[in-house]
Amino acid sequence: MGLTKKDFTLLIIVAILCVFAPFILNPFPEGSAMAQFNAGYPDLMQRLVIFGIFAIGFNILFGLTGYLSFGHAAFLGVGSYAAIWMMKLLTMNVIPAIIISVLVAGLFSLLVGWISLRRSGIYFSILTLAFAQMSYSLAYSVLTPITGGETGLQPKVNDPRILDGVLAAGETPRANLFGLQMNQSYEMAVGNWVFTFNAGYYLAAIVMLIAFYISIRIFRSPFGMMLRAVKSNQQRLNYTGLNAKPYTLAAFVISGMYAGLAGGLLVAMDTQVGAERMFWTASGEVVLMTILGGAGTLIGPVLGAGFIKYMENIVSKINKSILEQWFAFMPDGIEDLLITLVYPFIGKGWHLTLGILFMLVVIFLPGGLVEGGQRIGRLFKRKKPADDKPDGKTTPAE
Amino acid sequence: MSNSKLTRRGLIKTGAVAGAAGLTLPTYLRADAHAGYLNAPQGDTVTLGFNVPQSGPYADEGADELRAYELAVEHLNGGGDGGMMNTFTSKALQGNGILGKKVEYVTGDTQTKSDAARASAKSMIEKDGAVMITGGSSSGVAVAVQALCQEAGVIFMAGLTHSNDTTGKDKRANGFRHFFNSYMSGAALAPVLKNAYGSDRKAYHLTADYNWGYTTEEAVKSSTEAMGWETVAAVKTPLTQTDFSSYIAPVLQSGADTLVLNHYGGNMVNSLTNAVQFGLRDKQVNGKDFQIIVPLYSRLMAKGAGANVKGIFGSTNWHWSLTDEGSKAFVQSFGTKYGFPPSQAAHTCYVQALLYADACERAGTFNPCGVVEALEGFEFDGMGNGKTLYRADDHQCFKDVLVVKGKENPTSEFDLLEIVEVTPVEQVTYAPDHPQFAGGSLGTCNPGA
Amino acid sequence: MDAIILQILNGLDKGSAYALIALGLTLIFGTLGVVNFAHGALFMIGAFCAVTLSRILTLSHTVIDETQKDFLGNPLKVEVPYIYDIFGQTTGDVIIDWAVPLSILFAIPVMVGIGFAMERGLIKHFYKRPHADQILVTFGLAIVLQEIIKYFYGANPIPTPAPDAFRGSFDFGAMLGFDPNTIIYPYWRLVYFAFAAVIIGAVFAFLQFTTFGMVVRAGMADRETVGLLGINIDKRFTIMFGIAAAVAGLAGVMYTPINSPNYHMGMDFLVLSFVVVVVGGMGSLSGAVLAGFLLGILESFASMAIVLETLPGINQIIIYLVAIIILLTRPRGLMGRKGVMEE
Repeated sequence: MGLTKKDFTLLIIVAILCVFAPFILNPFPEGSAMAQFNAGYPDLMQRLVIFGIFAIGFNILFGLTGYLSFGHAAFLGVGSYAAIWMMKLLTMNVIPAIIISVLVAGLFSLLVGWISLRRSGIYFSILTLAFAQMSYSLAYSVLTPITGGETGLQPKVNDPRILDGVLAAGETPRANLFGLQMNQSYEMAVGNWVFTFNAGYYLAAIVMLIAFYISIRIFRSPFGMMLRAVKSNQQRLNYTGLNAKPYTLAAFVISGMYAGLAGGLLVAMDTQVGAERMFWTASGEVVLMTILGGAGTLIGPVLGAGFIKYMENIVSKINKSILEQWFAFMPDGIEDLLITLVYPFIGKGWHLTLGILFMLVVIFLPGGLVEGGQRIGRLFKRKKPADDKPDGKTTPAE
Repeated sequence: MSNSKLTRRGLIKTGAVAGAAGLTLPTYLRADAHAGYLNAPQGDTVTLGFNVPQSGPYADEGADELRAYELAVEHLNGGGDGGMMNTFTSKALQGNGILGKKVEYVTGDTQTKSDAARASAKSMIEKDGAVMITGGSSSGVAVAVQALCQEAGVIFMAGLTHSNDTTGKDKRANGFRHFFNSYMSGAALAPVLKNAYGSDRKAYHLTADYNWGYTTEEAVKSSTEAMGWETVAAVKTPLTQTDFSSYIAPVLQSGADTLVLNHYGGNMVNSLTNAVQFGLRDKQVNGKDFQIIVPLYSRLMAKGAGANVKGIFGSTNWHWSLTDEGSKAFVQSFGTKYGFPPSQAAHTCYVQALLYADACERAGTFNPCGVVEALEGFEFDGMGNGKTLYRADDHQCFKDVLVVKGKENPTSEFDLLEIVEVTPVEQVTYAPDHPQFAGGSLGTCNPGA
Repeated sequence: MDAIILQILNGLDKGSAYALIALGLTLIFGTLGVVNFAHGALFMIGAFCAVTLSRILTLSHTVIDETQKDFLGNPLKVEVPYIYDIFGQTTGDVIIDWAVPLSILFAIPVMVGIGFAMERGLIKHFYKRPHADQILVTFGLAIVLQEIIKYFYGANPIPTPAPDAFRGSFDFGAMLGFDPNTIIYPYWRLVYFAFAAVIIGAVFAFLQFTTFGMVVRAGMADRETVGLLGINIDKRFTIMFGIAAAVAGLAGVMYTPINSPNYHMGMDFLVLSFVVVVVGGMGSLSGAVLAGFLLGILESFASMAIVLETLPGINQIIIYLVAIIILLTRPRGLMGRKGVMEE
């Protein structure tokens, strides 16, 4: 596959993790107090890999070239809108929707990149931010006829869908892959555990593996080398007679297409688009995912994406009555004390937990979660020489 | 093992029995092996999903909704004083849970974003086995989650959502709305405004630039124009706007003598505060006192605007100072438990939870299709707002609408609005195919299995 | 004509808020080289200083009034502020009425303290770290600060009115010979504008005419050399951080009567203030102020009904559109220095 042994191992590990995610993410038996922390249900698994794709793509731009885009959510949003329109007009099959989302996001990022890459540093960041905020504002308001505005777009029974046959009475249009519905699941009960194998998740996981493979190839290619050169010293690169712009623009468009792919997949898994998807906080989120996981590393962005989405979906659902269950075995006074202490950090306080964790990770793990993993790894294999860090994991981005 | 979208909770018990046959059967046939619908409650409990904003600008409203749901669960399970269950005209609820099953619930954060709301609702459906999702504090979220529930096959009982679209162009068979809507606000306000301010007024609209704003502007405009008012201008303001001075400053120049603020939440607080700051209410235009109108009031938000709401007309779904038996019972039990009166969001959520439970009891099943049938055309009373009909054509509740005014001398921080008129339901009823609601179809109920 | 004058007034007023926040942001960036995403949170905390002070002033004990009933039918509990007991009702009311201006005195020490604590406790360790790390850690801090405020004050906006003396509006139109009521402007917003002008002037004068300011400016230009001259620049930078925090906080205090403060008001301003700083040019104080006023005025013009009729939705995007145009025509914003944040 054109990969070094180390990269191949990494890819295989990621593939194994993806295949067995329904097991790995569901470690606690049903009905136990810890079941709250299970993440092995289709929606979250899908989101984990899809935002993984988004972050992988973002990392190709940010991790390699150092250009910090603050508007990547716009490409995700544009891809989503393209995909949902494909589903409304053409067919509920996800393949055309995903393809068109990548293409449209690619075109849009070509336009934005072509303009924004005239500047560098924070001036570039603000230009991308401006484009994304304009897209969001317009999609939410004056473009309502195309975007659905506040209420977004969902497939409806009376959409044209010219390639699909007429729906049977009482059927709702569902996203499918040649008839295989994305929300179809196969469940396996083992003892008190239930593991869910969801069609949509596996489709998304396969796409993510391909995306991950391509990203490894880009990281290791001469093109990737050139992008790193842009990051370390663009001026010197210019003096050698090379024009950096085509390379950075290509990286920008590739990462825009990754974002579009993520957007298309989001629609394929959950057929709806809302404009908030393009708000600056969404762009900020992918930046946070990448830095949190470890910018410039291969696996870091995926870890960061998983971390944030897990927090958002799991911690926010813990409420007081669940706390009461957890601590029920304690004596009353201590139970109340514990609940009072923990309560501000869960449920509606999940943002607080997230903020604290951001700070802790940045303060103590400058290389992101990947560095944390490496430190743990080093603890276990002290004897080996220190050069066991895979290439590409050593350069945190500026 | 089975090949279904059923929840794990149900599967532990039925999974092995359902067996390999399920692998090959199409979805709708396989359903027979189970209860015939998604997330059929197993054992002696039933799980409901309360999906409310817990972060973002509507977090306080969401917190109040959650309080109401907790109260409703308590009452359904036979705890507390029973609240509105005692005044509700349908007596199907026994205080022993729903259909004998104890009510449990899960909570989630919508963040007032449609994506986040759907993610949270999906996790309730897929992970926790919720058979009904309810809550929310904006129309964007309501429409998105309603579409999800239709697709997944569970019931959606909308929380606070006021846009016409929720039961208009985006209506769904599995979704129900108890809250009133933009059209009703316009229809209820117009006569009161005519009495108070006469039929010769020039109105200037400031409208939040998104779907809810559009439907509200349209509703208020058409009903005020019908009684003789003139609309001078209608200016759209961005949702993210915080300082409205540049929109309010030109109002007086336009020759308008009435300002209509089609804003909600933070937008409403800021635009109203700004308008009062500009001294608009002390001005005289065309020989009349300048007036401000806020079509949709919420007490929680009125609190944010402080003294600025005094004397300003608006409409609201419900208010704790109502004196019918149902409202009194609800205020009593909510106030005793939490120490302050409930908001309209709390009321609508509490009622929705009870209505759902009651529909299950009457239908004898949790099957969404049974529930839909039981709710469609259901008439009831004793839940505040007088006699109410859940219309079958669009799953919208038809009931009296309150026109309120900011109180001049509030006695407490909750006593901000006074009821000016209870507009009878006939006056706010419209045909299902009214142009402001055109373009959608309910489809058919989806049991999801 | 009157419409245009009115929108210029509006723009100056909006712009003064933008300029104040951008000024603080640039001070921190220019002196310390730190991208501070928590700056919006400082603005928000300033606003909540005003809320806190008015809460302290209205701290009450309850008196049961048997003549009135509360919503549950029990006798009404009336809250009587302690301040009535101390100063009597009339003086007490005046003090409560003037809570917002009084908060300035309260906010300065609080904000400077928070600024010092932030710089010494956190930011100091990030001077040599990449900008991306600075962004992440200050963003995390912003979320934490905001959630703490939410925990204590809730998510709803809290009304904090201006003193009665500043209610209502001033009729410029009548003064300039237009019809009455065509150009009116609220007194408090005029106060805000004047206040912003004073603060901006004070910061500039401080940097320009004091020895301290001179050293800080030298440090902004070349930190290393100043350090080699034996000057303890670190200490001065800490003080600058405190000043920047105080500027943001005061902008927040005075802003409360204009818009009721809520816990996420800082985030609402954050993106906008970054746009202002960058359009002004990184590291340029006068650029930040100029860009603040420029964007404020343009935003005001874009919200005119006539403009919106020809270009629907322009009010949604004007700031960003202008930012793009300026950055494309002037590579480093209006007054940016070469080589600052360009790599």
